[in-house]
Amino acid sequence: MRGHKTYIRGKIVIVFGAICFVMLALSARLGYLMIAKSQYYTKLADQLHERERSIKAARGRILDRNGVILAANRTVCTVSVIHNQIKDPEKVIGVLSRELGLEEAVVRKRVEKSSSMERIRSNVDKAAGDRIRAYDLGGVKVDEDYKRYYPYDTLASRVLGFTGSDNQGIIGLEVEYDNILQGKQGKILTVTDAKGVELDAEGEKREEPVAGHDLITSLDINIQTYADQLAGQVMDAKEAEGVSILVMDPNNGEILAMVNAPEFHLNEPFRVTGKNAELYRRIMERQGKTGIDLNSQDALNYMWRNRCINDTYEPGSTFKVITATAALEAGVVKEEDTFSCPGYVMVEDRRIRCHKTTGHGTQTFADGIKNSCNPVFVTVGMRLGAERFYDAIKRFGLLKKTGIDLPGEAGTIMHKRENIGAVELATMSFGQSFQITPIQLATTISSVINGGTRVTPHFGIKAVGTDGKVLENMTYGSEDGVVSSATSDTMQKLLEQVVESGGGSKAYIEGYRIGGKTATSQTLPRGSGRYIASFLGFAPADDPKIMALAIIYTPQGVYYGGQIAAPVVKKLFENILPYLDRIDYN
Amino acid sequence: MAGRNRGRISAGKRRKNDKKNEYFFDYTLLFIVLFLVGFGLVMIYSSSSYMANLKQGNPAYYFWKQFGASVAGLVLMIVVSFYDYHRLRKWAAWGYFGSMILICLVKTPLGMELNGARRWIKVAGISVQPAEVAKLAVILALATLICGMGNNARNLKGMLFLVAIAAVPALMILLITNNMSSMLIVLGIMVVMIFVEDYDYRKYLLFAGLGVLIVVGIVMSALNSAGNGGGFRSQRIAAWLDPMSNSEGVAFQTIQALYAIGSGGIFGKGLGQSMQKLGFLPEAQNDMIFSIICEELGLFGAFAVIILFVMLIWRCMVIANNAPDLFGALLTVGVMGHLSIQVILNVAVVTNSIPNTGISLPFISYGGTSVLFLLGEMGIVLNVSRSIRLYDVG
Repeated sequence: MRGHKTYIRGKIVIVFGAICFVMLALSARLGYLMIAKSQYYTKLADQLHERERSIKAARGRILDRNGVILAANRTVCTVSVIHNQIKDPEKVIGVLSRELGLEEAVVRKRVEKSSSMERIRSNVDKAAGDRIRAYDLGGVKVDEDYKRYYPYDTLASRVLGFTGSDNQGIIGLEVEYDNILQGKQGKILTVTDAKGVELDAEGEKREEPVAGHDLITSLDINIQTYADQLAGQVMDAKEAEGVSILVMDPNNGEILAMVNAPEFHLNEPFRVTGKNAELYRRIMERQGKTGIDLNSQDALNYMWRNRCINDTYEPGSTFKVITATAALEAGVVKEEDTFSCPGYVMVEDRRIRCHKTTGHGTQTFADGIKNSCNPVFVTVGMRLGAERFYDAIKRFGLLKKTGIDLPGEAGTIMHKRENIGAVELATMSFGQSFQITPIQLATTISSVINGGTRVTPHFGIKAVGTDGKVLENMTYGSEDGVVSSATSDTMQKLLEQVVESGGGSKAYIEGYRIGGKTATSQTLPRGSGRYIASFLGFAPADDPKIMALAIIYTPQGVYYGGQIAAPVVKKLFENILPYLDRIDYN
Repeated sequence: MAGRNRGRISAGKRRKNDKKNEYFFDYTLLFIVLFLVGFGLVMIYSSSSYMANLKQGNPAYYFWKQFGASVAGLVLMIVVSFYDYHRLRKWAAWGYFGSMILICLVKTPLGMELNGARRWIKVAGISVQPAEVAKLAVILALATLICGMGNNARNLKGMLFLVAIAAVPALMILLITNNMSSMLIVLGIMVVMIFVEDYDYRKYLLFAGLGVLIVVGIVMSALNSAGNGGGFRSQRIAAWLDPMSNSEGVAFQTIQALYAIGSGGIFGKGLGQSMQKLGFLPEAQNDMIFSIICEELGLFGAFAVIILFVMLIWRCMVIANNAPDLFGALLTVGVMGHLSIQVILNVAVVTNSIPNTGISLPFISYGGTSVLFLLGEMGIVLNVSRSIRLYDVG
């Protein structure tokens, strides 16, 4: 027995020692998990236990330059029920179906559904939400929420843009300035058990949302509204497929109005309706498409397009301003140089006709601009040569985007320098065989008439906090000396003559000095019989303060820019020039 | 040596004045057991009440069931502690074969399925897990056989026979009830008992080395087969090595346990304040209860529980060392092996130190059969302690 005991004891002590060793190792492991890794696991566990409900931040407003609200928020409510917390289901069903105008069966189904949280209805009026809250029903939650609201609905729809359900901009300024407008979402953290039942004892943590900043734009509600009316009128009168009016300050690039008729309803941006629907259908039918779906993304994209910046076109005769500027700068032509127009001009073996088939006869360069005579510009273009013409186009900034603060600006479609032969040069000199956006045209002509500074067209002026404090003054690049001031002065004078006694005479207003240039270009592809009539005007001619570009797409009947687009700018100027005189923006 | 042992045993112990009947009774062991059972009940109520209220409509559902089993177990322990353990020898064969029959009964209509595993039998409203019975039966059978075989138990043939004696019910547990953890415990008890009764050391070093190689081999092959969708055990090994990438599948329970342990920190969230027991950690009162202890009582609480178990095992060691005969010593060693293996494996599983396998924490995890038989085993150990004559100590 003794012998047994001795060896057995040794072995039992070894077993005990081994057990202690393993226990010690496990204790070390526990220490590692509960000290070193404690934070890590605590964080993960908290994430698991906490349910997060977000509180939308109030999105910043968009205002015009006078402080008129163009985009704002409306408080709406989301009503939901938490199944486990409902005390009196019948009363809840009764109250909710009455206040929300829902069928009792619909509400009953949602109230009786055993889920952690069931949404009954969103976008409920604040008044109805307040009434429901006043009942103080157990298990019914009324969460306040914001909905974007555009008081003028259609006004500048493609400029302002709209937002999606997550408070994110989808098109227009809402996208471009999303980070200024958006603010920061708040959070309500509640602790729940594994089924998502909230634990009352744990309370809730609240992270308040931070409201977005207001955006002050250069738009002027009065000018925009008036331009919008004019565009609508001319569109109806000419049965056009679209009218764009762009009003900007050529000196700093601020855009005061940008109309793309027909505008769409910003408060219902996902429905293609009215004129937009009609036009979309017409265009699709013309392209031979069948099965036209107004709910398709294609239809929406059509409706949301901002033609002033998203689409390019052949500028036509308005581009002669740029040809003339380039030629004057290069010294290949002077105002009093004489040209003769027999109604056409031969370029290599091609005969390029003047719009006046009988010819303008002998005329000075200044007359050539007034008459918008193609042979004159072809001749001038030839004198300039492809190299110098291309260099001038590049120097004027036509080959790069304007950098406007709207998404989706289209680039210029231009020949490669080495591909510009005589025919290309000839057509380019009167604004054909390449494409630019309307905003590019307006921006480039701005530098021609403002003394030679290439400006960046823009809407955004400043970001303002909810307390009215200016948080950011937006600045935009500009480039001086793109055109010499002498040439700029000459061009002002020449373009004033166009309105005084040339093709733009329909834009003449007594008592005002107005410069401008007309254009009639064809819708591409050529030969469709569809035209784009346009007119670019500015005032005062000797010291331009305002510039307007009116473009009428596919007008019926008379389609000359001088006949139908110039009167639009005239009417616009008649109204806004006295208004601008009154308000000194600078 | 005698003096040292005498001192160790008599410290704080009562003894009768009658020199001839001066027997020892291990009150330290008794109080540790009573404390663990009481603490276990508190923790079972804490960890199960929320879900029990939701599911059974009675927050104390698990508490009362465990309370009943614990009281029965304590009665059993007291009865057994007065029952001379030498008389257990004649029950060894009954217990051994009886437990194997019980295991087989799991496959009969008497069998009961719980949480997707068919490991119980239910007779007259009382459910019993035969694997728990088998653990005690194997301890008793091995102790009886080793004493009966004398030195024959210490040669290779005898050893293989003893291994076979334990391996048969162990394999039955694995194959019939698909319960690998109980099999491992039975085999572990066997290893401890054979190691202790043998004179030799060297061959056990060899076995230990072999064991390590086998474990490494199993892990490697499991990893290979887990890649091409191996069985659930190899998936568990893969989940053990990288629980986070299996968080929705087999490692779900492990991850939830780790969340509980880690979020407990040094001082814990306070008794009853566990978040993980609110349905995140499934069946929190069962095998994973130690993680709730960690979450509520922190590292200090966890250490206190581990220290209690070490003390319990230490008392077993002292009793085994001083047992009047080999049979008593071996019985105590078997119980000690059983306890320590379960505690170690349970804490190791809960802390993801080894792959997940269902092992309950003695006295604390929910489980009636387990607590009943563990307390019965403690009764045997107490009885062995009673038979230590103080003058004979040494």
